[in-house]
Amino acid sequence: MPAVQETVERVKRIDVDQYRYGFETLIESDKAPKGLSEETVKFISEKKNEPAWMLQWRLEAYRRWLTMQEPTWARVDYPKIDFQDLYYYAAPKPKKTVTSLDEIDPEILKTYEKLGIPLREVAMLEGVEPKVGEEDPARRKIAVDAVFDSVSVATTFKAELKKAGVIFMPISEAIREHPELVQKYLGSVVPTSDNFYATLNSAVFSDGSFVYVPPGVRCPMELSTYFRINERNTGQFERTLIIADKGSYVSYLEGCTAPQRDENQLHAAVVELVAHDDAEIKYSTVQNWYPGNSEGKGGIYNFVTKRGDCRGNNSKISWTQVETGSAITWKYPSCILRGDNSRGEFYSIAISNGFQQVDSGTKMIHLGKNTSSRIISKGIAAGKSQNTYRGLVTAHRKATGARNFTACDSLLIGDKCGAHTVPYIEAKNSSATFEHEATTSKISEDVLFYCIQRGLSQEEAVGLVVNGFVKDVLQQLPMEFAVEAQKLISISLEGSVG
Amino acid sequence: MALLEVKDLKVRVEEREILHGLTLTVNEGEIHAIMGPNGSGKSTLSHVIAGKPGYEVTDGQILFRGEDLLEMSPDMRAAKGVFLAFQYPVEIPGVATMNFLRTALNAQRKARGEDEFSTPDFLKKVREVSKSLNIPQDMLKRGVNVGFSGGEKKRNEVLQMALFEPSLCILDEMDSGLDIDALRIAADGVNALHSPKRAMVVITHYQRLLNYIVPDIVHVMSKGRVVKSGGKELALELEASGYAQFEDAA
Repeated sequence: MPAVQETVERVKRIDVDQYRYGFETLIESDKAPKGLSEETVKFISEKKNEPAWMLQWRLEAYRRWLTMQEPTWARVDYPKIDFQDLYYYAAPKPKKTVTSLDEIDPEILKTYEKLGIPLREVAMLEGVEPKVGEEDPARRKIAVDAVFDSVSVATTFKAELKKAGVIFMPISEAIREHPELVQKYLGSVVPTSDNFYATLNSAVFSDGSFVYVPPGVRCPMELSTYFRINERNTGQFERTLIIADKGSYVSYLEGCTAPQRDENQLHAAVVELVAHDDAEIKYSTVQNWYPGNSEGKGGIYNFVTKRGDCRGNNSKISWTQVETGSAITWKYPSCILRGDNSRGEFYSIAISNGFQQVDSGTKMIHLGKNTSSRIISKGIAAGKSQNTYRGLVTAHRKATGARNFTACDSLLIGDKCGAHTVPYIEAKNSSATFEHEATTSKISEDVLFYCIQRGLSQEEAVGLVVNGFVKDVLQQLPMEFAVEAQKLISISLEGSVG
Repeated sequence: MALLEVKDLKVRVEEREILHGLTLTVNEGEIHAIMGPNGSGKSTLSHVIAGKPGYEVTDGQILFRGEDLLEMSPDMRAAKGVFLAFQYPVEIPGVATMNFLRTALNAQRKARGEDEFSTPDFLKKVREVSKSLNIPQDMLKRGVNVGFSGGEKKRNEVLQMALFEPSLCILDEMDSGLDIDALRIAADGVNALHSPKRAMVVITHYQRLLNYIVPDIVHVMSKGRVVKSGGKELALELEASGYAQFEDAA
């Protein structure tokens, strides 16, 4: 079905007045005492049965964090966060080791079912079930790691991945089972001292996903993690670490939702990617945290540090993100192009409506020779939202032949929103070629009327025009996510015109 | 039977009255030409019939097959069979023409309570129609009107007209921006769509277009009213003597 048609179809079927994922799951949970201290850090480490080195690592981060200031340079405005008024750890009860899906709280399974995320290994993502005999079903398999509040509740297809040599497990398990890998790579891309939120995450992260793809292996299926914040007043701090060894390939998807609440919730994740020689990592995100209500009350504060290190020659890291949720987004997925001939890509759709504030972009840091990067950013601002692209492209003195192409397009819907573009460009050698293009346009009444005259409703017309605007980026998403993303785009813009 | 009845229509744009009581009746199968100088209200009339926002109807009514058109949303008017071919068709980057056609056609069918076209049926229909209008398939793969020449844009309008099968086609200044060959091709397309069930309202400054699309009735508009109606010879008379003679009549 054509993309646009698909959007229109899907939107029609959905109750659009509601944040679709705004329900709450009623389960008992096991929480750390409120507030942050060395005791909290020790509590989390203990809950996770961590080795001493891990606790030490966390404590060092915590002590460092105490000396740091919250960054204020982003174009976002929010009341001061009281870090002592938060819970830093919440795990669904009963808290025993889960060995199969049958042991998971049925309420949690239901939650993921409602979200359309299959944890049963036979299940496929919604709408992509191949017809019998039409396609090899194995090609469509997606391994899922589900993170509920602070802990990973289920990881599917583990056995099958193991056969290929791929390690895909909660990071808390990896710390115990593969300490050599975790010790070698954790914090090697985003050091514990990196920034206020990354340092906080290093001290209190509770779970997340760990992926290791051995040399020469093409990961046999898409890997994905679904993050769900459920608990009240609880920060979510997940940590993801993905390592693609020489000549390997992996595609990883990430989805996020949260219940509808009046208070703001903090989410401060860290994602680290490492690509060795000739390896490729493709990382896609569909972020749909609760954005707050129509008066700007509630919603997630999303302060995330994502960085990829193209450590080897000819390596490649590609970020694709569709950002529709969160009250505040502060997020710059970046690439360090260390290896010669390495390549970084950033494709982004950031949509803001209501009172949402987005400050997002990327950093492409060219260190190796003949490195190249590409940035395609599409910002869409509606309602009373503010949408900022902030990007850095830099070429080191020794990064001869560095090349970058950047295109930042902003689309405004209505006259109470704002779009801002803040590009930083630094070339420290004369052989670098950097190109930057930027456009800002307003959704045109004439274009909408043209569509409506041909029979589309106002909402369908907006969906169509916006989907056309973001098409270059949507094409970068794996098919399963592209469908979901289109749906989200249209829903996010409901009521933005007229 | 009367397809379109405009009765004593008064329209304002931002406090300024543009149409001062316009009356027009179009029957099935007829071709009407509306001529008049710049600012006489020709385009306003077409926009109000199609339901473009920004116009305030202060008096009068518009009936379409006896139904009150002004009560309907613009997309509902489209579904009922009102088609406006734009003077300057807009570009919609990133939306393939084929997708657009399908989305629009199915939206109209759905609004009428008809089944939507399946992909194979739709493709078959589009191929048939575009072939009959001599429109190359690769034009359908491009973004809607993106990078189209003036002639291609107008042919895209004619293609949509042929595909949606409206009962009332309003052609707003179809000849603007077209050279004589492009005009002939577009006009041929329009003529091919003329049928006893379908009426056309052709809005134009110049008599030139009416050599290709021959009207049954010609109306002259001036200062927001129809000041004279007659047969096709009226257009020739206008061409010879200009609009000045009607200024006073208004």
